[in-house]
Amino acid sequence: MRLYATVAAGGFRRHATYRVATVAGVFTNTVFGFILSYTYIALWDERPQLGGYSMDDALAYVWIGQALITVCGLMGGGFEEELIERIRTGDIAVDLYRPADLQTWWFSANLGRSAYQLLGRGVVPMAVGALVFDFTLPQGPGTWLAFLVAVALGATVSFAIWYLVAMSAFWLLDGQGVVQVAWLGGLFFSGMLLPLNVFPGALGELARVLPWASMLQVPADVYLGKYAGGRELAGAYAFQGCWALVLFGAGRAAQAAATRKVVVQGG
Amino acid sequence: MVAGMWIRSTMTYRSSFALTLATSFCVTFFDFVVILLMFGQVKGLGGFSFAEVALLYGTTGTSFGIADLTMGSLQRMGKRVRDGSLDTFLMRPAPLLAQVAADKFALRRFGRVAQGLLVLVWALVLLDVAWTPVKVLLLPVMLLSGAVIFAALMVLGASVLFWVQDAAEVTNSFTYGGNTLLQYPPTIFAQELVRGVVYVVPLAFVNWLPALYVLGRPAPEGVPDWAVFASPLVAAVCCGVAGLAWRAGIRSYRSTGS
Repeated sequence: MRLYATVAAGGFRRHATYRVATVAGVFTNTVFGFILSYTYIALWDERPQLGGYSMDDALAYVWIGQALITVCGLMGGGFEEELIERIRTGDIAVDLYRPADLQTWWFSANLGRSAYQLLGRGVVPMAVGALVFDFTLPQGPGTWLAFLVAVALGATVSFAIWYLVAMSAFWLLDGQGVVQVAWLGGLFFSGMLLPLNVFPGALGELARVLPWASMLQVPADVYLGKYAGGRELAGAYAFQGCWALVLFGAGRAAQAAATRKVVVQGG
Repeated sequence: MVAGMWIRSTMTYRSSFALTLATSFCVTFFDFVVILLMFGQVKGLGGFSFAEVALLYGTTGTSFGIADLTMGSLQRMGKRVRDGSLDTFLMRPAPLLAQVAADKFALRRFGRVAQGLLVLVWALVLLDVAWTPVKVLLLPVMLLSGAVIFAALMVLGASVLFWVQDAAEVTNSFTYGGNTLLQYPPTIFAQELVRGVVYVVPLAFVNWLPALYVLGRPAPEGVPDWAVFASPLVAAVCCGVAGLAWRAGIRSYRSTGS
């Protein structure tokens, strides 16, 4: 346990050294926040209450999305490229000899990264957005807390997806194709471009049960207070938790299969 | 030649390449699905019809796609400056810009161009435009000038990486961000933003101004009438600025010495 806490702290510190990159990222997220806000304003002007959101809700949604892009890895987990590179070059063999579990090791490091991104790239764009646009703020500290729990679960699901993607590199060597597919899923099915409850019919139903919904749609709805009462909130957490467990399990199975393969190759 | 090498290297992993090309197409396609979904809910956006928005989308998408295909690799240069592997390029007897642009040349980016063109053709079929020779001529001029403006922005952004290696994302907000911005009608944005896009970062010349002329709509307030034909000129100026910045960047380059 202590080991993994150290790894997480390392992940936090490592990303905290890229200060220029953080500032650049904050700038980019803010610019995109502005562009999306104006398109949402045009859309909600024509159709108030679209998807059950008021204009203020929709604008809050935009900035939550910008804040969570790196935290919940909507467009890439932030670690998979490095992991794929280690698998491709064979450095992974060194990692496998460490007296620590590979998946837990990377999860801890990524947790540290997510925590840093939340502080470094999440807070500022959201504050700028709140200053320029009137958007919904949570009703109280309880909602903020509930939101943070949902974000943590979302980040966990995101890690599990990207870890699984990275594991595919053991078989495909070049992980780019699978990375792109996962990227597509993250971009479209997380609801970053348009809230999932605006998606029509069957597409909407599908989008709302896929794991990517845990990464933005669910945290945003928790923030906006769309889950009335503890029972509904627990249901939302359960949805995220189930996906996290399933995908973690799949990642573990892939890791076990891959490890056997590595041993065979090395022998 | 360097690009050819990277194409060969990509082809080594054939199934992965097919998948990346297909998804590169899909990723940009899903981007357009968002606009389709929006128009499933509303009839017009900022007073523009679906076909008109599709024209804006198709023109900026194609221009951006061409620029991304040729110059998209420049983003990675920050890393090369940081770890010193740029030195290898400086030793070779070929222009540095060409080498860096061809570095990790990704043919899959062609998916983006294809998708942009597809939407453009769709828009042209749907649109009810009173075509004149000038308008017909303006269309390819707009696409090419737009591609050059985006490419110049990418070079400009890469030049900055000589000094601040970690700032690649700032370029993204002008290139990817600009591309997203130009997919929507100028009428939905705050006027200060539109002015910024005309006069500060001349993105509006990529498609907004010429496309408004093609659609027979007035230019945004305060923009002179001749501006709709100014795209090639603006593109040339952008190239000049980017070229100067690139030279200054190379001159200031200090290897890491490792």
